[in-house]
Amino acid sequence: MIIHMEHHIQAPIDAADAGKLKSGDYVYISGTIYTARDAAHKRIQEELEKGKPLPFDMAHNVIYYMGPSPAREGRPIGSAGPTTASRMDKYAPALLDLGLAGMIGKGKRSDAVKEAIVRNGAVYFAAVGGAGALLSRSILSSEIIAYDDLGTEAIRKLEVKDFPVIVVIDSEGNNLYETAIRDYCMEELLQ
Amino acid sequence: MRIIDVTEITNHIKEMCIEANHFLAQDMDSAMKSAADTEKSPLGKQILCQLQENLKIAGEDMIPICQDTGMAVIFMEIGQDVHFTGGILEDAVNEGVRRGYTEGYLRKSVVNDPIIRENTRDNTPAVIHYEMKPGEQVKITVAPKGFGSENMSRVFMLKPADGIEGVKKAILNAVREAGPNACPPMVVGVGIGGTFEKCALLAKKALTRPVDEHSDIPYVEELEKEMLEKINRTGIGPGGLGGTTTALAVNINTYPTHIAGLPVGVNICCHVNRHAVRVI
Repeated sequence: MIIHMEHHIQAPIDAADAGKLKSGDYVYISGTIYTARDAAHKRIQEELEKGKPLPFDMAHNVIYYMGPSPAREGRPIGSAGPTTASRMDKYAPALLDLGLAGMIGKGKRSDAVKEAIVRNGAVYFAAVGGAGALLSRSILSSEIIAYDDLGTEAIRKLEVKDFPVIVVIDSEGNNLYETAIRDYCMEELLQ
Repeated sequence: MRIIDVTEITNHIKEMCIEANHFLAQDMDSAMKSAADTEKSPLGKQILCQLQENLKIAGEDMIPICQDTGMAVIFMEIGQDVHFTGGILEDAVNEGVRRGYTEGYLRKSVVNDPIIRENTRDNTPAVIHYEMKPGEQVKITVAPKGFGSENMSRVFMLKPADGIEGVKKAILNAVREAGPNACPPMVVGVGIGGTFEKCALLAKKALTRPVDEHSDIPYVEELEKEMLEKINRTGIGPGGLGGTTTALAVNINTYPTHIAGLPVGVNICCHVNRHAVRVI
């Protein structure tokens, strides 16, 4: 049985903080994080190949795999839940090697991403998928900083307060998706 | 013969796109509530309670339940005694989607070409399925489909010798592979029979059937119940973080098929299984 701890941390994340977070822990993130999903990752990759500067420094930062719905007047953002992380697996190891400290998404990651997480002492968090209205309440402000033409897929700088996530893959490579399921699996034969 | 101006269709579709993305239908709302009561994992229960809160905020503050407000899938069941005037029906449907997604603050998630990938900026075109029915009514079902779960859907071209056991294995394999990616608790739509494309369409349509209704074919009803129990024994749980609620329902539709085949479509939907229905 997993013991769930609660932590409140600041983003950008200190290496010491990242090391304390264990698979299964509940974490509330406050501070600055950045959104990027499929199309933004593709562009970041192209910038890297051309040796151009990136829209933000990867070191210590957290990327939230998210493309929001439009904000109504007077609100910072619309619905803002996580998208499936595995579509970014192709790009994530290079960003982790540049110092990216955390990723927030939902769903499984590849072995290559897991290895890059361990190699760099990073963390993969899950936010609750399909809870975009609730999660939007933890976002204080949102500003597009790059790739405006991509619409919902533009890179946004978010100020968040107590943004709720769960550690799925920690810096030692423990994976909650694998361990948690075992506790409730009642199948006699896993084919 | 009944004459319907297509402007009426546009207005309905606009309203239904907005409604479906902010309020779950009664059947899904009840299923989500009872899941929060029965889940055995403490973390799973916590997630299901957060999803309850999410639904409350979505309705009260008019923020979409999920930021992925989907590609608009629309079923048009048209009585053959209906005559449409005032424009082209397909254009009217797309105009409804355009207005619903722009005026309703819904996300524009559609690209113009699967390879070139430029956002159309109004969520059009919709995916529209037409069916001709007797009579002079029009039944519209708007089912915006998110792609976290759509990407985990599968078609299996089984052999007749694989039989019902093969079908069960195919469904379980699709669900296990989907795991946390499909935002469980899921609703699993299954189509058995027909052809390659027909089984996928049957599965999609099955997702629009209320989750508290079973097939009226006795063996299919049994299969729906058995598969729901089996899926909930996988341990995947809410958010894929372990638990006893992996699916809320398994809805299966069947159709005659060829002597050489047993097509099976498994269309997985997340807990935001949206379907707004109107009969005009």
